[in-house]
Amino acid sequence: MTDLAGPAGGHEKTTFINDPKVRSIGLQLVALIVVIFLGWSFAENARDNLAAQKIATGFGFLDNTAGFGINQTLIPYSETSTYGRAFIVGLLNTILVAVVGIFIATIIGFLVGIGRLSKNFMVRTISTVYVEVLRNLPPLFQILFWYLAVLSAMPGPRNSISVFGEIFISNRGIIIPRPLFGEGAGIVVWAIGLAILGVILFRHWAASRQEETGRRLPVLWVSLCVLIGLPLAAMIATGFPISFEVPELKGFNFVGGVRVIPEFVALTLALATYTAAFIAENVRAGIQSVSHGQTEAAHSLGLRHGQTLRLVVIPQAMRVIIPPLTSQYLNLTKNSSLAVGIGYPDLVAVFAGTSLNQTGQAIEIIAITMGVYLLLSIITAIIMNAYNKRVALVER
Amino acid sequence: MSMTFDDGTFIRNEMAPVLPPPKLRIGPVAWMRENLFSGIFNTLLTLLGILLVISVVPPFVRFMFIDAVWTGENREACLGPDVGACWPFIHAKFGQLIYGFYPISERWRVDIVFALGAVLLVPLLVPSLPFKRTGSLLFFVVYPVVAFVLLTGGNINASAFLLERFGLIRPFVGDAQLGGINLAFWVDFGLTTLLFMAAIGGFIALLGGNGRSAARTTLFVFLALGAVIFCWDADVGLSYVETRQWGGLLVTLVIAVTGIVASLPLGILLALGRRSQMPVVRLLSVIFIEFWRGVPLITVLFFATYMLPLFLPQGTNPDALLRALVGVALFSAAYMAEVVRGGLQAIPKGQYEGAMAVGLTWSQMMRLIVLPQALTLVIPGIVNSFISLFKDTTLVLIVSIFDFLGQLRAAFTDPNWATPVTLYTGFAFAGVVYFFFCFGMSRYSLFVERRLNTSHRH
Repeated sequence: MTDLAGPAGGHEKTTFINDPKVRSIGLQLVALIVVIFLGWSFAENARDNLAAQKIATGFGFLDNTAGFGINQTLIPYSETSTYGRAFIVGLLNTILVAVVGIFIATIIGFLVGIGRLSKNFMVRTISTVYVEVLRNLPPLFQILFWYLAVLSAMPGPRNSISVFGEIFISNRGIIIPRPLFGEGAGIVVWAIGLAILGVILFRHWAASRQEETGRRLPVLWVSLCVLIGLPLAAMIATGFPISFEVPELKGFNFVGGVRVIPEFVALTLALATYTAAFIAENVRAGIQSVSHGQTEAAHSLGLRHGQTLRLVVIPQAMRVIIPPLTSQYLNLTKNSSLAVGIGYPDLVAVFAGTSLNQTGQAIEIIAITMGVYLLLSIITAIIMNAYNKRVALVER
Repeated sequence: MSMTFDDGTFIRNEMAPVLPPPKLRIGPVAWMRENLFSGIFNTLLTLLGILLVISVVPPFVRFMFIDAVWTGENREACLGPDVGACWPFIHAKFGQLIYGFYPISERWRVDIVFALGAVLLVPLLVPSLPFKRTGSLLFFVVYPVVAFVLLTGGNINASAFLLERFGLIRPFVGDAQLGGINLAFWVDFGLTTLLFMAAIGGFIALLGGNGRSAARTTLFVFLALGAVIFCWDADVGLSYVETRQWGGLLVTLVIAVTGIVASLPLGILLALGRRSQMPVVRLLSVIFIEFWRGVPLITVLFFATYMLPLFLPQGTNPDALLRALVGVALFSAAYMAEVVRGGLQAIPKGQYEGAMAVGLTWSQMMRLIVLPQALTLVIPGIVNSFISLFKDTTLVLIVSIFDFLGQLRAAFTDPNWATPVTLYTGFAFAGVVYFFFCFGMSRYSLFVERRLNTSHRH
């Protein structure tokens, strides 16, 4: 009791240790000391261990000859290239899977997500089953399934499945025609770029004009005409410089064309379909978050169903969809490291796998690999936060 | 009955019988018109859907059941045209898929661990059963200790605690053994406990705090630690099974359960750290969380396999499974922290202020007011991270720990069972197992969510 009742009118100070400020500083000091001690002892141990194993530290190994081949390279690479080059090759392969996977996952994800809200019972059920099955199986399981059970079971090159005689699917991968750029192809590429730029500017101008005058311009038709017409005109003017080399079956294998390795197909398809299930749930949640009153109000203003979706529901749903969508994109990129399970030469397989085994530079290699992914996450987070600030509801 | 007036006016004064609604507006026909064939586009979609179902479901059922082979000794049974799933393959590999290379004569120990886990878990999951507090203590504290002893055989060689590392004990006590227990270790442990009690109690008392209570708390911590070490150290007569022999579903569940048991408390601590007023603690928590969340689990496992041994003192060579466990636990703790933080942020400020106003200390406020509400709010999120943790356990096969999927992959290479349908059978079986666990967890979380939904918001 005496503790509770302080002296009359006095400012009884709490004891030194019960002062919140002292406690806070003390606790933080302890935390800091523990972390510093751990870091210091890790560094000490690492130094001793490296000395004992006679491993030289530093990033000099990046200039050494790697001496191993990689079965998919987007830039010139050979066994005499350096580890630094192998790193770039692996990074590019990771980015390729991420970009293609994100593209496919977004399309499937939006279709399935909208399908889950469909009035059509069949579509709704199939979408639900898709989401539940794909979400509840481990991604590595799905990758192995695509790789071992689907793609390896494809027929050999001689009996390959042909799509219009241009694309051939076999157990060696998918062979697609290779574009050949002749003289003047540069002009066509420029024309395509110019057309895209023109369309963007035109849309912008049309939108501001509509705000001012209320008159709408035929944006869609003009865009389509420009997008198709300008490159076509350039092609005709330069005499069709871009042609395609169609793969041909010679002996036991294909000659010509570009071979997409089965590892890439398996990884990309598995990750895309897996991530699509999550994107579908985000899309569904986003659309459901727009209250029904919005739809009713739009209808009562006389907007058609399509216009309601396009002008009222989707813009509001995107506010909810985009943040989790970005984190799904990031997840897909991080999950592409599962490539190592089927031997697709991504960053982890090439660099943290083969290169690490050959050089033994565990600390440097793992730090670089983790750093790449960390950098990706941080960049995404920064972009996302900026976007969030822009679209967040501003209240009072 | 009706009335007829003199001028011939007819007034009906009874209700006409209610007619049934038009046939097209009720019953299955109307439902189909509404839900399947409400327009050309919809009809097309429906037909496409039916086509998809017809092309997937009947072949699947045929493969799994009708055309499946149920008995046989080797691949001969499953060869032939139009053969479905080769279930004898699963039967033959069942032990390997569940236990890995755990010695056959010792597999009863794994069975006991499985059964004990199920027996302890079920009362926790059924909300109406009593003794939740005891139950969770048993499952989260006692069960891991017992499971460790049963699975490894216990009897770890505890020889030096702290003082012995400086060579202070053995010269006086010697190497006396008592039933597989090293006396020197326990003398060391007891002396260290006393030392710590004195140091911490004295330090706190010196600063004007309650030294006695601090010393008592220290004693309890050491007693708990000592009890755990004693259980692991005591020779219970089980033979030693090294973790390299573990495998299959056993490893999958060991990793998943350890991850779950470790990540929840760690995640709560990290979340509290991130919401703390203390800048250093907050910064450290943020760095920790964002680091683990920013890298893929594979790189974490590579880190644990190749880099961690370099950071530990020479000669310590932690077990491969243990390293993977640490990696998985830290990784999932970071995700858990973010989930818990979401819950903490959702608690209105009034709850904190109310708790402080009635004079609760910070830990009482968190334990009694804030965390119970916050954790309840985020149960779906917690279960979601459990599900992804469970799915992520498959990744350990990349660092040569043969979990369920790893054993399946190994089983595919057995030439005795090399048939065209082996792969599909294996994937079908593993798919069903993984789906059972993950889907079960997600349904359970939905059930809890509905039950705990006491809010009166719309």
